[in-house]
Amino acid sequence: MDKFVIIGNGVAAAGCIEGIRSTGNKGKITVISAEKHGVYCRPLISYYLEDKTDTERMKYRDDGFYEENNCDVIYAEAVKIDKKNSSVILDNGETVPYSKLCVAAGSSPFIPSFDGIETVEKKFSFMTLDDALTLKKELSSDKDVLIIGAGLIGLKCAEGIYGKVRSITVCDLADRILSSILDEDCAKIMQSHLESRGIKIMTGDSAVRFEGKKAVMKSGKTVEFDILVIAVGVRPNTSLIKDIGGNVNRGIAVGSNCETSVENIYAAGDCTECTDISDGKSKVIAIMPNAYIQGFTAGVNMAGGNAEFDNAVPMNSIGFFGLHAMTAGSYGGSMYEEKSEGRIKRLFTENDRLTGFMLIGYTERAGIYTSLIREKTPLSSLDFDALRNVADFTSFPAESRRHSFGGEV
Amino acid sequence: MRRVYVNEEWCLGCHLCEYNCAFANSGLKDMADALRGKPIFPRIHIEGNEKVSYAVSCRHCTDPICVKSCIAGAISKSDGVVKIDKNKCVGCMTCVLVCPYGALALNEDGVMQKCELCTQNSDGEPACVRGCPNKAIVFEER
Repeated sequence: MDKFVIIGNGVAAAGCIEGIRSTGNKGKITVISAEKHGVYCRPLISYYLEDKTDTERMKYRDDGFYEENNCDVIYAEAVKIDKKNSSVILDNGETVPYSKLCVAAGSSPFIPSFDGIETVEKKFSFMTLDDALTLKKELSSDKDVLIIGAGLIGLKCAEGIYGKVRSITVCDLADRILSSILDEDCAKIMQSHLESRGIKIMTGDSAVRFEGKKAVMKSGKTVEFDILVIAVGVRPNTSLIKDIGGNVNRGIAVGSNCETSVENIYAAGDCTECTDISDGKSKVIAIMPNAYIQGFTAGVNMAGGNAEFDNAVPMNSIGFFGLHAMTAGSYGGSMYEEKSEGRIKRLFTENDRLTGFMLIGYTERAGIYTSLIREKTPLSSLDFDALRNVADFTSFPAESRRHSFGGEV
Repeated sequence: MRRVYVNEEWCLGCHLCEYNCAFANSGLKDMADALRGKPIFPRIHIEGNEKVSYAVSCRHCTDPICVKSCIAGAISKSDGVVKIDKNKCVGCMTCVLVCPYGALALNEDGVMQKCELCTQNSDGEPACVRGCPNKAIVFEER
């Protein structure tokens, strides 16, 4: 009988479980969960702070999920893979044997070594449900908050605590906010939107030293705060594979079947890196759709099926106070732009393909653009001059449109 | 599995399907009460130009990418119908970012909505199909 073991209990693990069972394989599944919770929707932790959801609704799957899928969950940390004996060694001393293993270990917040950080009493990462639960208890209208890092995590945290604290300051060493997904012009639009709500933003600047409730910045300015949130970035948890000599770059290297370079070991989610179809480069694409699809793909293959995930694209849909930004792909080649007050659309094309986009405001039916990137649709096969202006199917050839809406897809 | 299909050569672009959809999902008994003087948020929309028009609603894909992408675990597929749990949705719009057909949009409360083939309202069968004057939208096996 197969013995499937999954290290990690996030969305990639859920995908893996569902992938294994989708093949009809009834082998034993053991999930090793470092967090003391069933699978939950990690990106919703900011919505939890905002009271837009709660711990019950944040569950990714119903309470019966593990039982229905006949999974054992061990709440412990995997410390080592014993390749020779095909087993996983846990921090509680237990040894779990596997016939196929999936490493879905996620990522960890990166904490730079700031001078005097030990003098800060209230400091948090913003990555796990437990982080959110602890942070929420600290929030009150007489607290000032400093968030280091104006990326997706730091700014979602800012939105989540907005209105529950006295002031929010967000700083980032980069010259703009959301630098991983937006260029300078687009970032400016979002920055003014956030500033219009009273959030203080300091770009090109970060803390270099802490003295209790005071941060001394690189610029020489000082910021007083009660609560510090460190959200400068995350690192894929790759050590389990690295330690046994598997291929690891920034993330664990996997092929389109989600197999690692080590026999019988697969990997999925934020701990991996895979090929971005929009520019052909191998990178960590730490987004939830990727985690689920990689997990599912790994699961099917672990169970003896045949699945491939070969069109990964980085993409994000992120809104702040009602203004939505959607981005996908990479931003090389030539650019098409549309702009109006507080809204912008930038599409990037190269070699007859759409390779990426940044949309703020203009987000209606954006998936039509995403699909062009994922499917590598030749732009010459449709009326792209019309499509770039309005995302709908009038610009598609009649035959493909009739298939889309008159056929099974 | 029956689905909603479009015969674009028969579509008049009259937008009646949009009104019938909004009415069917309003929970109200009287169409005028449901729609008069209000902005409507139907789960089907007409696209078109001078040459062609057709209705767009959820395709209930065989392998729906919205289900795999939803960051709130709010979209699922059962009995062939892709459904949204409005209670779990936080309105992040990741489904809009991935749907290749542009079939999802926010409702008046900032929560996503999509065609659920009228399985969740009292109609039981797609209201857009029943009200289409030219049989440009049909509900059938293909």
